[in-house]
Amino acid sequence: MAGEVKSKLSKNLLRMKFMQRGLDSQTKKQLEEEEKKIISEEHWYLDVPDLKEKESCIIEERSFVRCEDLVYGRMSFKGFNPEIEKLMIQMNSKCKEEEIEVDDKMEADVSDEEMARRYETLVGTIGKKFLRKRDQRVLKDDDEDDEVDEDRNSNIIPRKKAKKIFLKPQD
Amino acid sequence: QYVPVKGDHVIGIVTAKAGDVFKLDVGGSEPASLSYLAFEGATKRNRPNVQVGDLIYGQFLVANKDMEPEMVCIDSSGKSSGMGIIGQDGFLFKVSLGLIRKLLAPKCEIIQELSQLYPFELVLGMNGRIWVKAKTVQQTLIIVNILEASEYMTAEQRRQALAKLSGN
Repeated sequence: MAGEVKSKLSKNLLRMKFMQRGLDSQTKKQLEEEEKKIISEEHWYLDVPDLKEKESCIIEERSFVRCEDLVYGRMSFKGFNPEIEKLMIQMNSKCKEEEIEVDDKMEADVSDEEMARRYETLVGTIGKKFLRKRDQRVLKDDDEDDEVDEDRNSNIIPRKKAKKIFLKPQD
Repeated sequence: QYVPVKGDHVIGIVTAKAGDVFKLDVGGSEPASLSYLAFEGATKRNRPNVQVGDLIYGQFLVANKDMEPEMVCIDSSGKSSGMGIIGQDGFLFKVSLGLIRKLLAPKCEIIQELSQLYPFELVLGMNGRIWVKAKTVQQTLIIVNILEASEYMTAEQRRQALAKLSGN
C-alpha cells in the first residue's frame, strides 16, 4: 500500500522538504544527481577549450598618492598649529613603520618584578575584603599565631590565646 | 580638471545644505556630497557646525565615473586625523595638479625652504587647491606668491627670492 502511494505522488511533491526528511541519504543523493543531469542538459555551453586565465600583472591605480608615496596634505611649520604638527609626525612615521616591523616592547613604567610583587599582595588584600566575618577572624588568628612563632626565636613566652567558647552565664 | 579618486584628500567648498547632506564643490565635474554624520563625534543630536561657504578637508569614500562622489571627514578607524572644517582666516587659491604632486613629494625642497621662513599652516588638496594661513596677511600673501610662482621658477631663482625675503 505504501509503495503504491509513493509512486503516485508527483516529483515536485517529493522534492519538498517535509518529504525529504523521511528519505535516507542514498535516495537523496540519487535525486540530486538526477536533478543535476536535467539542468546540465538544458544549459548551453561553449564548445571551446578553456582558456587559461593569465594572472594579470597590471593593477589600475588612479591616485597619485600611492604612486609617488606622497605625504599627508595638512602641514604646519614652526609651531603654528601644534595639533597638526603632532599629526604630521604621526602620519609620516606611519608610512615608515609599515616597512619596518616594529617588534620592540614598550618600555614599561613599572618593571615586571615589581608588578609581580604588587599583584601578590593585591590579590590577598582584595580577597580579604570579600571574606565573611568568620573567615576574617580565622585569618586574624593565623596571623597572630605566625607572629608568635617568630617571637619564639627571641625568647618571648608564647602567650596562650584564649579560645572563644560559649561561656555559660553564671547564675 | 580634477577627477575624483577614492581615498584622495581634497579641499571642498560647501555650496549647499540639503537637509542632512552638504554639497561640496571639489573642482570636479560634479559636486560631492558629505553627510553631517561623517565627522568625528557627530551624532544626530550633535551636528557639526557647517555653513555654506565653509572649507572642508576630507577624503573620498566613493568616487567612480558612474556615481556622484561622496566625501567623509573621518577615516576608517573613526578618527578625524586632521580632516574636517578648516578654520577661519587663511587664503585659498588654485594651482595645477602637477604642482601639488611636486609639493607633496616626500622631500620637497620648496616646502622645506618655505618652512624656514616663518611659522605658517598649509593644507594641500589633491584637487589643486591650497589653503595657507600665516600670522599676518602680508606673510600669507608672500607664501601664496611663492607657491604659485614656484611652478615655473628654477631652484636657483627660488632661492634668490627666498633669500631676499628672509633678508627683509
